[in-house]
Amino acid sequence: MNIHEYQAKELLQSFGVPVPVGGVAFNPTQARQTAEELGGSRWVVKAQIHAGGRGKAGGVRVVDSLDEVKKAAESLIGRRLVTHQTGPEGSLVQRVWVEQASQIQKEFYLGMVIDRGTQRITVIASSEGGMDIEEVARVTPDKIVKEVIDPAIGLRDFQCRKVATAIGLKGKLMPQMVKLMKAIYRCMRDKDALQGEINPLAVVGGGDEARLMVLDAKFVFDDNALYRQKQITEMRDLAEEDPKEVEASSHDLNYIALDGNIGCIVNGAGLAMATLDAISLHGGSPANFLDVGGGASPEKVTNACRIVLEDPNVKCILVNIFAGINRCDWIAKGLIQACESLKIQVPLVVRLAGTNVEEGRKILDESGLAFITAENLDSAAAKAVAIVKG
Amino acid sequence: MSVFVNKHSKVIFQGFTGEHATFHAQDAMRIGTNVVGGVTPGKGGATHLGLPVFDTVAEAVAATGADVSAVFVPPPFNADALMEAIDAGIKVAVTIADGIPVHDMVRLQRYRVGRDTIIIGPNTPGLITPGECKVGIMPSNIYRKGNIGIVSRSGTLNYEATEQLTALGLGTSTSVGIGGDPVNGTDFVTVLRAFEADPETEVVVMIGEIGGPQEVAAARWAKENLSKPLICFVAGVAAPPGRRMGHAGAIISNEADTAAAKMNSIEELGHYVARNPAQIGETVLNAMRERGIAVK
Repeated sequence: MNIHEYQAKELLQSFGVPVPVGGVAFNPTQARQTAEELGGSRWVVKAQIHAGGRGKAGGVRVVDSLDEVKKAAESLIGRRLVTHQTGPEGSLVQRVWVEQASQIQKEFYLGMVIDRGTQRITVIASSEGGMDIEEVARVTPDKIVKEVIDPAIGLRDFQCRKVATAIGLKGKLMPQMVKLMKAIYRCMRDKDALQGEINPLAVVGGGDEARLMVLDAKFVFDDNALYRQKQITEMRDLAEEDPKEVEASSHDLNYIALDGNIGCIVNGAGLAMATLDAISLHGGSPANFLDVGGGASPEKVTNACRIVLEDPNVKCILVNIFAGINRCDWIAKGLIQACESLKIQVPLVVRLAGTNVEEGRKILDESGLAFITAENLDSAAAKAVAIVKG
Repeated sequence: MSVFVNKHSKVIFQGFTGEHATFHAQDAMRIGTNVVGGVTPGKGGATHLGLPVFDTVAEAVAATGADVSAVFVPPPFNADALMEAIDAGIKVAVTIADGIPVHDMVRLQRYRVGRDTIIIGPNTPGLITPGECKVGIMPSNIYRKGNIGIVSRSGTLNYEATEQLTALGLGTSTSVGIGGDPVNGTDFVTVLRAFEADPETEVVVMIGEIGGPQEVAAARWAKENLSKPLICFVAGVAAPPGRRMGHAGAIISNEADTAAAKMNSIEELGHYVARNPAQIGETVLNAMRERGIAVK
């Protein structure tokens, strides 16, 4: 689950991480008022959408008067912002974050991520702040510093000092970096974050006033841990998510819309991906990825059919079930229920295998409904593609 | 021989009295698995499926000599159940649950340091040595005894490959699902190493997915260390980049871990690659003929 920048900043602040003073605004008047309350003479107005690349797309404005704050907010709120991560349709900006502009001396990158290789939270830092870290890793890999955290011991001061030294944070900034890194680690651990990215982490103010400040923050949380993370769950912004994916997840289904015309209902993510691959190899194009998961009840199968059919491009549905913990008889009952309650008009190609397959096939045969059955993955994909190609 | 489990394994079920555990314990016993009891905290002293129920894994181990556990415990309590199995000296623990918080697995993997329990999963169908021992949720009737070792991330794709092998008259020594989560108990290399050491396994099939470096890392290990032919398939060629497809592990984060890139790298390392998920069985059969390995 993703959250907005302003939510991440508020969360980090509650862990003692320095962030610029600022406030969120839902309309231009409120934005102006927020800036006035913050004081100062220069502000940053930042569009709040989950996608990255906002700066380059014009979603971040630096302005020098309260009227300009209002104008900037007017030009952002209610518009769709298109960044390299949003797709061509962009994301609707519903709020802006207004903060006092910082006097930036230098920018750094600081991230923490659960690394699959080490199976531990790993710190990634770089002296090259404000840039895409994947780009830095490709072009100048020597500028990336990594430090692995032992979950039983936690992040130690010396590890933070190693990172600080490696990216060039010295003197009074070093103890600040230690405190900041440990706070971010605590936030990740306590809130079940999968990934936290501070880009840029900046040194602001000059001379004796120099201090570290988090200027942008992106956090991703573990959906599987939301049951124990009330505060994070409340930060979910459904408007940022595809409404069909939201509906599917409310039925415990995993749905991702694609742009083809063969609707897919499969159990298991691996087989679902392989089904898309098989359709493509036969020259067809899948309309979606849908994993019904384990223990699919007839109701769940009906919901899956409904969600797939909401896509007007769907000309045929391919059901591919290899039941282990699922049972083919439940799936078959679900399909019959779906055909009756949804009055399905498109052809259904059904391939059943695994647990209780004989019962499942019998239920389909005896229903009198026009299911097109397939013996295996290859023939199921071939039949579905042949149908849509007429 | 086989890997991890065989007819001598003494198996308990954690979460024994639940619906899925009951169904699959019955199926496991039907194929000959030596199920010796189960654990459901609070139900100790009861009998289920004619077998004793214990409150703790330690009690179950003491009373039955169990060395393998099938963990059918819901995700919020699953890591704790695994630690209990490790603490009790279980040799192989198989955890089925889909949806264990990743931080729980990070802590679990730290807990395992210095202990020798093998953890299979989470988010896996488990493992099966056909005709001898099933610890998991796979439909046991699709498996046939043979000389092919299978290891996969996806459960249902493992079934798919197995059905294709069985249809061609090929059989399995042991099939292992390592699971689809980003942090899991056992990686591909650990399983490949076990297959290399197992005289009954003559061919190895590895089935991966988009995301992460582990398929290619395993293929690299196999080039140096596996004397048996390796046949691979990686699902997700048609998956759009940057999207999470069910398994948390299945995110394409950069160019190198797309399905196509992985299959290219694996092929360059000299292994067999099935480009079509419907042709895994055929690719295995051709490889066996080419290498003069008996079909059995």
